[in-house]
Amino acid sequence: MEECSPQTRLAATDLACRRGERVLFARLSLELAGGEALQIAGANGLGKSSLIRLLAGLLRPFAGVVERTGAIGLVDERPALDEHQPLGAALSFWTALDPTSAPLERLGLAALVDVPVRYLSTGQRKRAALARLIGQAAPVWLLDEPLNGLDTAGVALVEALVAEHCADGGLAVIASHQRFTLPGLKRLDLASYAT
Amino acid sequence: MIVITLLKRDLAQLLPGGRGGGSLLPVLFFMAVAMLYPFAVGPNPTLLAATGGGVLWVGALLAAILPLERLLAGDVERGLFDQWALRGLAEELVVAVRLLAHWLSFGPFIMLAAVPASALVGIDGETLRIVELGLLAGTPGLAAIGVIIASVTVGLKSGGAALSGLLMVPLAVPLLIFGAGSLSTGGEGGLALTAAISLALVALAPFAGGAAIRAAREG
Repeated sequence: MEECSPQTRLAATDLACRRGERVLFARLSLELAGGEALQIAGANGLGKSSLIRLLAGLLRPFAGVVERTGAIGLVDERPALDEHQPLGAALSFWTALDPTSAPLERLGLAALVDVPVRYLSTGQRKRAALARLIGQAAPVWLLDEPLNGLDTAGVALVEALVAEHCADGGLAVIASHQRFTLPGLKRLDLASYAT
Repeated sequence: MIVITLLKRDLAQLLPGGRGGGSLLPVLFFMAVAMLYPFAVGPNPTLLAATGGGVLWVGALLAAILPLERLLAGDVERGLFDQWALRGLAEELVVAVRLLAHWLSFGPFIMLAAVPASALVGIDGETLRIVELGLLAGTPGLAAIGVIIASVTVGLKSGGAALSGLLMVPLAVPLLIFGAGSLSTGGEGGLALTAAISLALVALAPFAGGAAIRAAREG
């Protein structure tokens, strides 16, 4: 299903991030190849979300470079779905742009396709965003607080999805202050790069 | 294919009666201006016939401001532009499609509404013809200015609508001068200049809009 090649790679060298007047972190380097997963940990305000956006190429680094091989899939606090549309229609907009569609049954969304997105709970929105992510079939996953609002079963589901993604040769970066259980998960504590 | 997918979504949101809260409001607003004007200046037929065409132009300009607040800001806030960027879709393309959808959702409707509105402000058939041609030439330019302003104001959390209106007015003055001016000179030259300004604005809008949306990410 996933179009992962052995070259899937994400690397950052001497990265620094400035927001407003403050440099959040500096001299941060990381390298991930296909099959690997990394958790970015750190307290609120250290720049986890900014790092995710830097890696995605949506922010320009204050210093340093990011190299990425492979398409980027991003899940953050915004599901990028039309609020007024039923979930099924909102997701099918992305299905028309993306190579595959998501297994709604497994994500617990099958019963919700007729419900407008604005009535969905935080956890259901997160599941919908994951559906969009899976449909995109991108080899690089950047997940910003993917466990927020999810129940215990949801957390287990995300952990299983990331495990399968990595087993398929994809790589994942997970920014979360919560515990994320995954065999072979690397860890990067953003506090040690704070300035 | 991508363009059609985007256009279908945009039109579903923007067309009058569309599900996304796109509404008849600009058209009704335009009609309201035409309806109120004779009450304000009195029923003098000569005065109405001389000024009615210009009032329709002012009405069209003001109506074009109404949809601006939600034209781009919603999609930026909800992360759609970020997702498009990750899929390699240029902001310029998305903005160009949005411009087309924005024009389709008010331009043709204003031109239709100008027919009953012309009766309300008491202008004759020949003047109506020039107004219609002028609107055809000028509304794409109004839509382009609107898209540029909507993209520049995407980062504003509140007060976007009022600011859009204030920004739109001076930028639309050249279109108004040549568009409404074609009424007094009887046509050709003014219409051609209106079309030329529109064309330049339409060509510029996707690039200005794309750059503004990218710049808003860094904010």
